Amino acid sequence: MAARSSSRSNPRTNPRVGPMTAGHDPAPRLDVDALLDDPRRRIIVCCGSGGVGKTTTAASLALRAAERGRKVVVLTIDPARRLAQSMGIEALDNVPRPVPGVGGTGSLDAMMLDMKRTFDEVVESQASPEKARQILNNPFYIAVSSSFAGTQEYMAMEKLGQLDKDARASGRWDLIVVDTPPSRSALDFLDAPERLSSFLDGKFMRLLLAPARGPARLMTAGFNMVTKAVTTIIGGQVLSDMQAFVSAFDTLFGGFRQRAQRTFELLQADGTSFLVVAAPEPDALREAAYFVERLSAEQMPLAGLVVNRASVEPPVDLSPATAMAGYEKLRDSSDDASQVAAGLLRLHADRELIVERETRLRGRFATAHPDVATVVLPALPTDVHDLDGLRTIGALLNAEDPGSGAA
Amino acid sequence: MASATSDFPGVQLHVVTGKGGTGKSTVSAALALAHASRGKTVLLCEVEGRQGIAQLFDVPPLPYEERLLAKATEHGHGDVYALAIDAEDALLEYLSMYYRLGRAGKALDRFGVIDFATTIAPGVRDVLLTGKVYEAAQRNSRNKNARTYDAIVLDAPPTGRIAQFLNVNNELAGLAKVGPIKSQADTVTTLLRSPRTAVHLVTVLEEMPVQETIDGVAELQAARMPVGGVVVNLVRPQDLDQPAREALLAGTVDETALTKALGAAGIDATPPLVASLVAEGRDHAARRRLEDTQRVLVESIGVPTYELGLLAGGVDMAGLYELAASLCEQGLA
Repeated sequence: MAARSSSRSNPRTNPRVGPMTAGHDPAPRLDVDALLDDPRRRIIVCCGSGGVGKTTTAASLALRAAERGRKVVVLTIDPARRLAQSMGIEALDNVPRPVPGVGGTGSLDAMMLDMKRTFDEVVESQASPEKARQILNNPFYIAVSSSFAGTQEYMAMEKLGQLDKDARASGRWDLIVVDTPPSRSALDFLDAPERLSSFLDGKFMRLLLAPARGPARLMTAGFNMVTKAVTTIIGGQVLSDMQAFVSAFDTLFGGFRQRAQRTFELLQADGTSFLVVAAPEPDALREAAYFVERLSAEQMPLAGLVVNRASVEPPVDLSPATAMAGYEKLRDSSDDASQVAAGLLRLHADRELIVERETRLRGRFATAHPDVATVVLPALPTDVHDLDGLRTIGALLNAEDPGSGAA
Repeated sequence: MASATSDFPGVQLHVVTGKGGTGKSTVSAALALAHASRGKTVLLCEVEGRQGIAQLFDVPPLPYEERLLAKATEHGHGDVYALAIDAEDALLEYLSMYYRLGRAGKALDRFGVIDFATTIAPGVRDVLLTGKVYEAAQRNSRNKNARTYDAIVLDAPPTGRIAQFLNVNNELAGLAKVGPIKSQADTVTTLLRSPRTAVHLVTVLEEMPVQETIDGVAELQAARMPVGGVVVNLVRPQDLDQPAREALLAGTVDETALTKALGAAGIDATPPLVASLVAEGRDHAARRRLEDTQRVLVESIGVPTYELGLLAGGVDMAGLYELAASLCEQGLA
């Protein structure tokens, strides 16, 4: 198959970014409170691959910032049900609401992104009421706005832009914390808006518009062949829906591209910081590495890396081999104390092995990205679904030695 | 070792889904190996462009082409082939197969139509991806030179999107009411709803993944897709029994007896060591208690469940073989 230019995000098309030679200093420690307290910091974006605890991290940062005096709004994408309930945002109405039970001098508002409604609002704000109605009822629009892979990312950015505008105009918030959609790749968050706007501005869209605009000279043989092929594959009815959508949408295209551009600039601005969230697993750290390098290539400000769910190294020196040897000796004993001892030794050996592997993985990351300030968060023995749990995480993010906090 | 029979004897297509971070790709790979050990020729597919298979098996990135991935050394075992399905390539292949669109295909590409159809037009991408799986599943001895597969394992999109992904028909319904894409979706749906297919969900015993699994099963059932089993992955070791865990949580462990037992095993049981082991045990017991409440929820779903242990050393080939053996033993394969 011949190589094609494609807008798909493929990490391997970007060059690697790194120090060329390995240094010896450990990764600098990320000072989370300093980040939260800095009044110039207006936006914090939490990125990372799916399942690493982005939402919980974003909510913890927002709560901590609020209780330290900032006026915060947190935009979450897909929080666990009980966490959403405890933050009072289980109603999906696309409007920030005050979170009950926040202490300190600041304030915390939270909202959950409603992708479709955000898209509808953009259309309504850009088009005349009649045209907006036409667009909102078009089957093709309904499909794109509710299920196109990438719409969620685009709308998260759109909402961020709106919140920022609100914050500047009303002074209601001085810090926006954003969670990002649970994409397969963290890079989707940066790529999707470009993909959607290049689609809306793309050759194919202009092709669909051509008949509506009517210059017959455009209807070359190539164009004919393409429209014929498209009709063959997807059917004439889809094509006419699309054409209706495109001609109704025509005047909005420029607006969309501009908006995407503005949001992109907002992400590059001085007051914005990215926090990359990862788990100490090969996949998650590889994603984090791609993302860190991409941010640097796009000149977007990276604050640091949060490694969630790290196993905690036991404070004693008992090697996995010794522990396993003891386990082998005790496992067949019949008395209770020996059984408990055997079980504890086996657990200890596993834990040491896991800690060893995670430390190695984090070490590899730090060697390749020595400037990335990092904070390591211990795995908690229970799930987080209330403000107290978020406070615990906020405190651990700032503990001198977070490892000892969980024991 | 292996149990005599599989719980899914008539199933050819095994779709594996799971929330991000639960190990869906690892389980897919282990399931493919498990089927091969039953003497089947297996195809392991991925559709998300992540090259997860290549990373797991430590081989170069896979092209859009079936490649031999794991060759059996034991007599009577089958081989595993791998395929990374790419929507754009699938569309061009589809066009050349059904429409002989040689030149037009290239023109479509130049105008961005291929890109459009595969990344933007909702549903079309999923039809193309599942369509390729369908093609591999439908081959039979009448197809000259075509390899036929006894089992196909599909490393599918995550639980939150799985019903939408498989229910291609529904996704297209609002858009394409007629036309070739629509009829392609219809045939694919027929296979996916048939007893030849089973959708397995991978979870870990934590609140969000379990909730997503419950929701996923409900959505699949509503879409009339055959739910197979739930694979509970990364299960913590089960060495400490209930009374021991309760004593650890209550802080009533007899540390003198424990010190003595450790000493008998040749371990220098200093008070800090004993305290640390007890603290580690308490963390473990707290996690296990949480796992147990989640396990009850998983069992209440009412589909067969399978458990895979946490590999402390990480997932490598040896680990995959261990997981595959465990899946055979429990009857998923």
